[in-house]
Amino acid sequence: MDDLLREFLTETNESLNLVDAELVRFEQEPNNGAILGNIFRLVHTIKGTCGFLWLPRLETLTHAAETLMGKFRDGMPVTAEAVTLILSTIDRVKAILDAIEQTEQEPAGDDADLIDLLGRMARGEATAPVAASPAPAVASEALDDADALDASEKPAKTAPERGDEDRAASDRLANHSIRVNVDTLDHLMTTVSELVLTRNQLLEIVRRHEDSDFKVPLQRLSNVTAELQEGVMKTRMQPIGNAWQKLPRVVRDLCAELGKDIELSMRGADTELDRQVLDLVKDPLTHLVRNCADHGIETPAERIAAGKPPKGAIRLAAWHEGGHIIIEISDNGRGLDLARIKAKVIEKGLASEAQLAAKSDADICNYIFSPGFSTAAKVTSISGRGVGMDVVRSNIEQIGGTVDLKSEPGAGAIFTIKIPLTLAIVSALIVEAGGERFAIPQLAVLELVRAGKDGEHRIERIKDAPVLRLRNKLLPLLPLKEVLRLGESDGSNGFVVVTQVGNQVFGLVVDGVFHTEEIVIKPMSSKLRHIAVFSGTTILGDGSVIMILDPNGVAQALGRAAAAAAQAEKAELQSRQEDSDEDTVSLLVFRAGSQQPKAVPLSLVTRLEEIDCRKIEISDGRHLVQYRDQLMPLLRIDGETHLKREGAQPILVFSANGRSMGLLADEIVDIVEERLDIEVSSASPGLVGYAVIKGATTEIIDVGHFLPQAFEDWFRRRDQSAARHARTVLLVDDSPFFRELLTPLIKAAGYRVVAAASAADALMALKSEARFDLIVTDIDMPDMDGFALAEAVRATPAIAEIPIIALAAMVSGEAIERGRAVGFHDFVAKFDRAGLVAAIKEQGDDLNRAA
Amino acid sequence: MTAMSDGSALCEYVTFTTAGQLFGLPIECVQDVFKPTSITKVPLAGPEIAGVLNLRGRIVTAIELRSRLGLSARERGATPMAIGIEARGESFGLLVDVVGEVLKLPEAEREPNPVNLDRNLGRLAAGVYRLDGQLLVVLDIDRVLDLGIEAAAA
Repeated sequence: MDDLLREFLTETNESLNLVDAELVRFEQEPNNGAILGNIFRLVHTIKGTCGFLWLPRLETLTHAAETLMGKFRDGMPVTAEAVTLILSTIDRVKAILDAIEQTEQEPAGDDADLIDLLGRMARGEATAPVAASPAPAVASEALDDADALDASEKPAKTAPERGDEDRAASDRLANHSIRVNVDTLDHLMTTVSELVLTRNQLLEIVRRHEDSDFKVPLQRLSNVTAELQEGVMKTRMQPIGNAWQKLPRVVRDLCAELGKDIELSMRGADTELDRQVLDLVKDPLTHLVRNCADHGIETPAERIAAGKPPKGAIRLAAWHEGGHIIIEISDNGRGLDLARIKAKVIEKGLASEAQLAAKSDADICNYIFSPGFSTAAKVTSISGRGVGMDVVRSNIEQIGGTVDLKSEPGAGAIFTIKIPLTLAIVSALIVEAGGERFAIPQLAVLELVRAGKDGEHRIERIKDAPVLRLRNKLLPLLPLKEVLRLGESDGSNGFVVVTQVGNQVFGLVVDGVFHTEEIVIKPMSSKLRHIAVFSGTTILGDGSVIMILDPNGVAQALGRAAAAAAQAEKAELQSRQEDSDEDTVSLLVFRAGSQQPKAVPLSLVTRLEEIDCRKIEISDGRHLVQYRDQLMPLLRIDGETHLKREGAQPILVFSANGRSMGLLADEIVDIVEERLDIEVSSASPGLVGYAVIKGATTEIIDVGHFLPQAFEDWFRRRDQSAARHARTVLLVDDSPFFRELLTPLIKAAGYRVVAAASAADALMALKSEARFDLIVTDIDMPDMDGFALAEAVRATPAIAEIPIIALAAMVSGEAIERGRAVGFHDFVAKFDRAGLVAAIKEQGDDLNRAA
Repeated sequence: MTAMSDGSALCEYVTFTTAGQLFGLPIECVQDVFKPTSITKVPLAGPEIAGVLNLRGRIVTAIELRSRLGLSARERGATPMAIGIEARGESFGLLVDVVGEVLKLPEAEREPNPVNLDRNLGRLAAGVYRLDGQLLVVLDIDRVLDLGIEAAAA
């Protein structure tokens, strides 16, 4: 392309952007001569250059526009139609320029329609075809109020003078600035990056040699390098206002289209940031502003109905904050519709209702950044095409930024974008995991916490997931070693790098933390780019290469872990449903003492209580608490369980025969429905055995062990009664768990118990010398079930009269009917502990009477 | 490069040995030969990626030829050599056991891969030279560097 033409296009595009912003201001203050002067001059310049470059079509069009604007300058009143017409003209000019940029020629066609309208308006004739549109008010801080006042008092006349002053000012500016190709600056930046790197290496070397002659000159080199780096970065800096230039026009057009009245205000437009970052943030910003105007701000009627001023407001603000730039976009509209977001989340299957219920409003709002998410009831041309917010977020995250959202129903929403000032050099925290060093961009790091076994911050585990209690919040932890598959983490010691990605905060557990260093980001090798947890490589001061962690990628790993867990849960749920006929048991999983989770069948637990620690009394070395007008003994599962000093102490309450005891727990973890495969090995007292629950080896607690501890007389009393009656119960169950569970229970009720693992074993026992007073049998057993056992018993004369109590996982009418037929005396649901004891007692009483 | 009387061009090869096999790479694709020091391992990368290292301010991705050939890892303590390669604006270092001399061989004498050549080797080889006493396998650098990752990542 011709150099001259290229220059023209660059310059004209810049001018046009300016005109856009000026025109909207102009519409509000049609009599502000200064603004009019600026616009007129810009259009005039375009026209002049067109003639010089032989672009006749553009020239004719701008000429017509210039004529009309000349009239305005001479005092003709500016109407809304006139502004709209001029804006249409500018749009046409842009379209032509675009075509020229692509083809280097003016496109065919003519602009008679616009020229005709422009001409007629200039002559003061009516211009019906251009529809009037409501004028949105766009105020800018940059606007000089005094100037406006001044101009409205003395319309038009002051314009030329003021224009001259402005021109003089901009001329002076022009003489002090030159145009530099962006590539040149980029190259300069790369070179400086290399220099910074080399400087770092040199400093590292000198650090190792205490009394080096290089020390002083190197210090100087270091300072100069830092200055140079800053200077070069400055050349690439542009005010954020450049990215905002188009927004007044965008809002104005939206207002016209949607019949809304919106005031757009901007603060901190001169906040500077790297042009590369600026380019990348431009589109997301525009989208967010459109979104505010389209979804956020209500129509004037709605606003009045809600008791708000009819004119809505969108506020843009930018400021620097510790090496980052913060951009805030807020509106005073209706805020986000939580109900609709929730409905959509459920509809899209992103989360279940229960999951949503546990989430904070802020977390729910963040779902609007999910791909394909749009809550707009109707799709408008402005937004709500379902692509958008997710793209906004990914664009911002691409440049290492974050976007956050706060919404208050009825009061509006605030989007906060935090982005680094530059992409080439970032401040990073150097950490170590699995013997390797990694860099974490400082932007994502909130704080560092040292975690140790004895320290204030202890890494705990919920099932397998490590967590950290931090200021009363539970922080999910990701051991970096495990994320990077560098080995198992020991899980108790280390540093926790508290990291934030979007609204997600998590702790990255690392083995060591070194220091913060300004690192130069080098692009990753194409062979490594697929690894999501890394965003680049860098060379450290000591010359070694390390990988830069991408907090977003790491967060995805966290998400994957969560997704995998959810998946597993789902699969489990499914298999659980399939297994529902089988022996699934509701288990209460809790922690007490050791880290290993513990569980008891939920049915054995009478209640879960949390009692105030201060209410726990100590008497005769035993812990007691007043509970329901009784003194309830509290027991520890093992010596390690500590009583809390303050707050609430979770307790599992077991009750029987009007007496209760409490088992101290550290924490109630979960209630799970599991098919129990118990490995019975009660080597340690108080344990029935072990089972794998949700992937974790869990101790199954033998409640029977603790009852006599709580009440020394419990067993004695029972033993006495047992001695009196000396009843023997034959317990038949194929599940060792239930045998282990029920034996102490029946014993506690005052009976001798003989357990049999199958119906065949039971018959064998029955036919032996032993005398049984009662049979308690499971129904579902392999080979020979409870019904068959009962039939066999009834068919054997010597034992035919022994009462039989059936245990059933599910008690159905049909089963009861069949049970009666075969001679069951009673049916008890498998977990109805109290029911079983009552039934045994009842049968026993019957026996007593019979005796 | 000189033309021989029979019109066959001479081709220069940088030769090296890995796991006892003699290999050659056309000298045009070789930037330099260096002794790799302090290679940083890259977690989650494939076995072919030995790591990344700093070579005079450039970040070089080290690729282990043994892994590319499906061979066992180098014995402990044996230090590899690296053949520096520039490809599509990136720097790579191909880790080999021993670097040999540069050989000038007539292009016409290069024979196609024997059909029964080891499959892993066959994928990377661009022909074979019969030298006195041993065979030289010419490697195709594009195929050596094509780890099939980029496609998978896209």
